[in-house]
Amino acid sequence: MSLLLKNISLPLESFALGMDVEVRGRVTAVFGPSGAGKTSLLDLIAGLRRAPSAFIQLDDRVLTDTAKHFSVPTHQRGIGYVPQDLALFPHLSVRQNLLYGCKPGGAAGRLFSFDHVIEILEIQPLTSRGVTELSGGEKQRVALARALLASPRLLLLDEPLASLDAPLKAKIIPYLTRIRDEFRIPMLCVTHDRSEALALADEIIVLVNGQVLQTGPVLDVFNRPASADVAAIAGVETLQAGVITDSHEGLATVKIHGATLTALAPATGTREVFVCIRGEDVILQRDAAASSVRNRLPARIMALRPEGALVRVELDAGFPLFALVTRPACAELALREGEPVTALIKTPAIHLVPR
Amino acid sequence: MTLGEWQIVWFTAWVSALSTLVILPFGLALAWALAWRDWPGKSIVETLVSLPLVMPPVATGLILLKLFGRRGAIGGFLHDRLNFDVIFTWRAVLLALSVMSLPLLVRSARVAFEEVNPRLEQIARTLGSGGWRVFFTITVPLAARGIVAGMILAFARALGEFGATIMVAGNIPGKTSTLSLTIFQDVQIGQDSSAFRLLGVSVVLAFAAVWFSEFLLRRKRKTR
Repeated sequence: MSLLLKNISLPLESFALGMDVEVRGRVTAVFGPSGAGKTSLLDLIAGLRRAPSAFIQLDDRVLTDTAKHFSVPTHQRGIGYVPQDLALFPHLSVRQNLLYGCKPGGAAGRLFSFDHVIEILEIQPLTSRGVTELSGGEKQRVALARALLASPRLLLLDEPLASLDAPLKAKIIPYLTRIRDEFRIPMLCVTHDRSEALALADEIIVLVNGQVLQTGPVLDVFNRPASADVAAIAGVETLQAGVITDSHEGLATVKIHGATLTALAPATGTREVFVCIRGEDVILQRDAAASSVRNRLPARIMALRPEGALVRVELDAGFPLFALVTRPACAELALREGEPVTALIKTPAIHLVPR
Repeated sequence: MTLGEWQIVWFTAWVSALSTLVILPFGLALAWALAWRDWPGKSIVETLVSLPLVMPPVATGLILLKLFGRRGAIGGFLHDRLNFDVIFTWRAVLLALSVMSLPLLVRSARVAFEEVNPRLEQIARTLGSGGWRVFFTITVPLAARGIVAGMILAFARALGEFGATIMVAGNIPGKTSTLSLTIFQDVQIGQDSSAFRLLGVSVVLAFAAVWFSEFLLRRKRKTR
């Protein structure tokens, strides 16, 4: 799959959506905070919205070319769209909703058979019901099935999990991965949730205020944010301004307030950097035993915040530092607020972003 | 009830129903166009459609008389070219009822169209439906309550129309006499018993129309 989005320019309320990217991933997440122009982007691709300037091409088919005043009407684009509010038709039964986009003439024109989609998404028991009698997760599956049954070449998902609570999210994600693997249909998935992007996507486009800040494989982007803005929304826990005081043999010495860290030197020669450290990369230790870890910071525990199976530990290491440890580890080390610990951070886990 | 009275009742109900049907496609198209975003001349069309609602019916009737009379712009053309007369025939009754009841249908349907979530129409399009199919499978069914309510209102308005009808159709017994015209005439010439019988019929018709609309709306609610 290749989705070309070129010369996109769409004025929105407080900023303009602009982009120039080629989407190649099987599942690509458009990742960014709410109000970043993500839904507008999907509307543009689906042909529901016109932009002053846009060139959109899906594989070898040009869908929009404003330079030539060309635009394929929405109903001929073959792009499935599951909006955030799902837009199930309230006056139709579940079955009628599912069949709404089915091509007449049976299975010939369809990519996926009705029965197969119904089976994969487990909606057989729901088909005779009315749309209003469905739970949130059931609605989500019906909306997905309806979009699939129209045999789209590309599936657009707008915040597919945002309206669901945590247990339901966990239930829906396997359905989405099944769609991805079983039907081999490319998906473009809008989300502002890091775990959602990690669970579903292989590629990611980071969109903030209508601008693409970074694209690439999900893990690369999350672990190696290209800028402080990306780091902030990608959920890197610790993000501090620092200054490189020394740099040789690929290693940089960085000063943050009173503390000194060793990190891999950035490619560019900037001295002013943002230091990004993910919570799971910070190891806590009671005694100062020797180890290969270069960065050993004496720190004081400021707060302990349980988050599910994990505990987020807020440290003062001369600068605010966050660590994520498991609950048993927290108990074993008898971590308590106000007590001293040693924070260990491996050199490659410290990511420097030029500022 | 005399045979003549039955004929009047039948004629009035029939021509009112016909006028409601005649204005339906036109009224829905107009309502839909008005519910959509702005287009040039929208406010003028909006005003023209609503004019019969605020003008004295007799004045509207006079305009129609001038337009459709044998020397009028439209009536002259119809008479000279097609040998087709409107004024003082049952067609004039139909014309008067249609013009007078159109605003009620348009207003009601327009609000109903505006209340349809545009996202549903958009998603129907992504599912491969063109404009007409979306209109008839999504927009109209979801606006059905408002459309039905507008039709009932229009029908009721047509049943009771007086001013415009008497201007363009007169009150020709057996040809253009409607319930309202006859009741007025009966009272004028002192035939009170006939007037009261027709009054009773009017009440029954009005009841039936309102009951029918409530019935339709209730059924609609259940299927949701």
